[in-house]
Amino acid sequence: MHIVVCIKQVPDSAQIRVHPVTNTIMRQGVPTIINPYDLFALEEALKVRDHHGGEVTVLTMGPPMAEEALRKALTYGADRAILLTDRHFAGSDTLATSFALSQAISQIGNSFDTPDIVFTGKQTIDGDTAQVGPGIAKRLNLVQLTYVAKITSIDLSARAITVERRSEGGTHVLKSELPCLITMLEGTTVIRRGSLDDALRAARSEIVKWNAAEAGIEDITKCGLRGSPTVVKRVFAPTPREQKAVQIDTTEKRVHDIANELVASIFTHQPALQHELSSAGSA
Amino acid sequence: MYKAPVDEIAFTLKHVAGMGDALQSGALGDLGEDLVDAILSEAGRFATEEVAPLGDIGDRQGSRLVGGKVQTPDGWRDLYHSWIGGGWNGLTAPEAYGGQNLPHMLHVAAMEMWNAGSMAFALGPTLTMGAIEALEKHGSDALKATYLPKMVSGEWTGTMNLTEPHAGSDLGVLKTRAERRDDGTYRIFGQKIFITWGEHDFTDNIVHLVLARLPDAPAGTKGISLFLVPKFLVKADGSLGERNDLFCHSLEHKLGIHGSPTCTMIYGDGKFGAEKGAVGYLIGEENRGLACMFTMMNNARLAVGMQGVAIADAATQKAIAFAKERTQGKAPGWTGQGMSPIIEHPDVARTLLTMKALTQGSRAISYACAHAVDMAHAAEGEKAKYWQERSSLLTPIAKSFSTDAGVDVASMGIQVHGGMGFIEETGAARYLRDARIAPIYEGTNGIQAIDLVTRKLPLSDGAHVRGFIGELREIASAVRASNRNGFGETAARLDAALDDLSAATEWLIAAVAASKLAEALAGATAYQRLFGLALTGVYLAKGGLAEVSDAKEDQRIALCRFTAENLLAETAALKDRVVNGADSLAVARAVLA
Repeated sequence: MHIVVCIKQVPDSAQIRVHPVTNTIMRQGVPTIINPYDLFALEEALKVRDHHGGEVTVLTMGPPMAEEALRKALTYGADRAILLTDRHFAGSDTLATSFALSQAISQIGNSFDTPDIVFTGKQTIDGDTAQVGPGIAKRLNLVQLTYVAKITSIDLSARAITVERRSEGGTHVLKSELPCLITMLEGTTVIRRGSLDDALRAARSEIVKWNAAEAGIEDITKCGLRGSPTVVKRVFAPTPREQKAVQIDTTEKRVHDIANELVASIFTHQPALQHELSSAGSA
Repeated sequence: MYKAPVDEIAFTLKHVAGMGDALQSGALGDLGEDLVDAILSEAGRFATEEVAPLGDIGDRQGSRLVGGKVQTPDGWRDLYHSWIGGGWNGLTAPEAYGGQNLPHMLHVAAMEMWNAGSMAFALGPTLTMGAIEALEKHGSDALKATYLPKMVSGEWTGTMNLTEPHAGSDLGVLKTRAERRDDGTYRIFGQKIFITWGEHDFTDNIVHLVLARLPDAPAGTKGISLFLVPKFLVKADGSLGERNDLFCHSLEHKLGIHGSPTCTMIYGDGKFGAEKGAVGYLIGEENRGLACMFTMMNNARLAVGMQGVAIADAATQKAIAFAKERTQGKAPGWTGQGMSPIIEHPDVARTLLTMKALTQGSRAISYACAHAVDMAHAAEGEKAKYWQERSSLLTPIAKSFSTDAGVDVASMGIQVHGGMGFIEETGAARYLRDARIAPIYEGTNGIQAIDLVTRKLPLSDGAHVRGFIGELREIASAVRASNRNGFGETAARLDAALDDLSAATEWLIAAVAASKLAEALAGATAYQRLFGLALTGVYLAKGGLAEVSDAKEDQRIALCRFTAENLLAETAALKDRVVNGADSLAVARAVLA
């Protein structure tokens, strides 16, 4: 079994500050982390590998410093790390990124073993588009299982996988064939810790570095800025809408009554919610 | 709950203690910054997620002696096995025996995190590492081959058996005796007290290193030999054989570190085995036992210093979190609704900043000491001598200043919590109870001061300490040259503190040279603290000067200025006590008669 996990190194959004005057993101001194959803994807991939055997390859596209993220992934137990780095990739939007990554995944198939599952995070915390995973699936003609909360089972002999996909108001249980692409939610997992041995192995492992040509990309015009139709028109900090906070005096009324009144007022504004809840209740 | 301050630790290692330069110069082999970060971050996660949550349980339950067996607190056995499973026991251990041979700097940083999670838990591995070091340096090849791999992996633990009821700080009078046997082994008889992790349920075997006296040994410290005495004898194939004639008689009831079983060990009572006497194997040469012990003493003292740093950090984190939540009264300038969080009150803020400064200072001193150990190991000739002297000089300061900081900071932490701090449930009190032993064991802080003044200041006829103070002055000058407003009066305050340090140093060197020992020792503890405070000021300034543009840069400079302008004035009083305190002390002794 061969699993490819696409990860991205992102600025730690908890520590990002927005410049008060220019409204631009102040990246200076902000530490980088592996996109949290990608970490959940990695953890899920490692669990699948631990259970079914095989290898996990982590793939990232980014500047040379993204090597740090790959080493972290190796610390957690990934078997191989590939860094896609080339000045042609600079300025990629989600279209160009999914193109480059899908080409690289094909190349991984040629160079090592055809992947049975490709994992990505649901979305990154810096771009928040959730487009790259589906973009890869489309280009590689893989079944796409998005917003997966749990992998229920994998039957390698039948080439079948069952997952739980979170959706509005419920959970889809999906059975699909392999190979497939999964975009992971936070999952049910806790990210494992690396041991001292793992950290040493990670630091001493070689990271495979591919430029565009090595990744099998022929059409450079589909990469980087040239391959990216998205244009950022404006960046701004939204002004919060004024909201009046209501202070409820709890000395006069019983808590139960207050709760009833609150629920009633919510249903006045959200009639669909009332319908949904009452039908769920009767079922 | 304690969260390992991995970024702060990494910063102090790289930009204050000297790891950055050491990495660049190749003194640390193939170790790179990435690997340092990876190790610190995984160690930090283990300490935060696994060790710290079990700290309180360990304190409440303690280790108990039931039917001759020690039961450790709930969850601790699994914790230990998960910890050795992560490979953490072998961090600095030699590669030949399965260790990773990583620098001491990383070791002390990791130790800080384990100890902050639970000092009582971390003590076990600390003792094992000391035993590994002594055995590796002085044991025979056969002993090393039999015991070291399992001690390095953590499958077996190690202990140090020095103290006896009448032989504490002065081991020369110890009575435990050893008898030779024809097969080259020895039989050990006697009682040892205060044996940390002397008995427990973590592992199948425990390897005791025991100091004892042969029948024909000279009196005093020159007649002490070191023996390896396993709980279970080891067969030729490496499997466990008969139970050796030793057992844990009782556990001490202590002020703190309740999870750590402090054992009274009885050797050669005839309880186990056919022949009376615990089977022991000589480590090193007969009558050279104390020298064997002393090769690891420096590292052991630094390890105890890390306990002080650890407790100080954990107590500070807890106090800051509490002070942000707890609201009482209205602080001056408070414009928010209702009462202000107590952190807004100037006195509480000052207390918290003092806690932070002492924590950071003791951390920097201890890491710098570990750096010197690593450099001494990597260098040759004159350079090796220079770093050897530096680690020798810094060790008593790292041990004493950090462990005093642990107690002081933990006490301040309780103060910040107010009445809640005096209640056990908040957990602030545990830190003070745990911290209190650290200034006592592994050579009391008073003994550290004697060591500093009588053995360390005279190194290279005083040239080493003078040179060191010169290096510290360069940092003070760099602060002045930086022209950064944020430093305030830092440069002038550092100069003044270093003047005090220099004056007290010269006075002491002269006093020792003139054999005025009583006068010199009267002010030794004051001098030790003076040195620690001056180093705190200088190392915080070094951190402030580091050209790392991150979000913490301004904070580092602000804490440095706070320290210089609020804490360093104490150096003048300490110098006065060193230089002028001896006469009045001599006269006032009559009061104690």
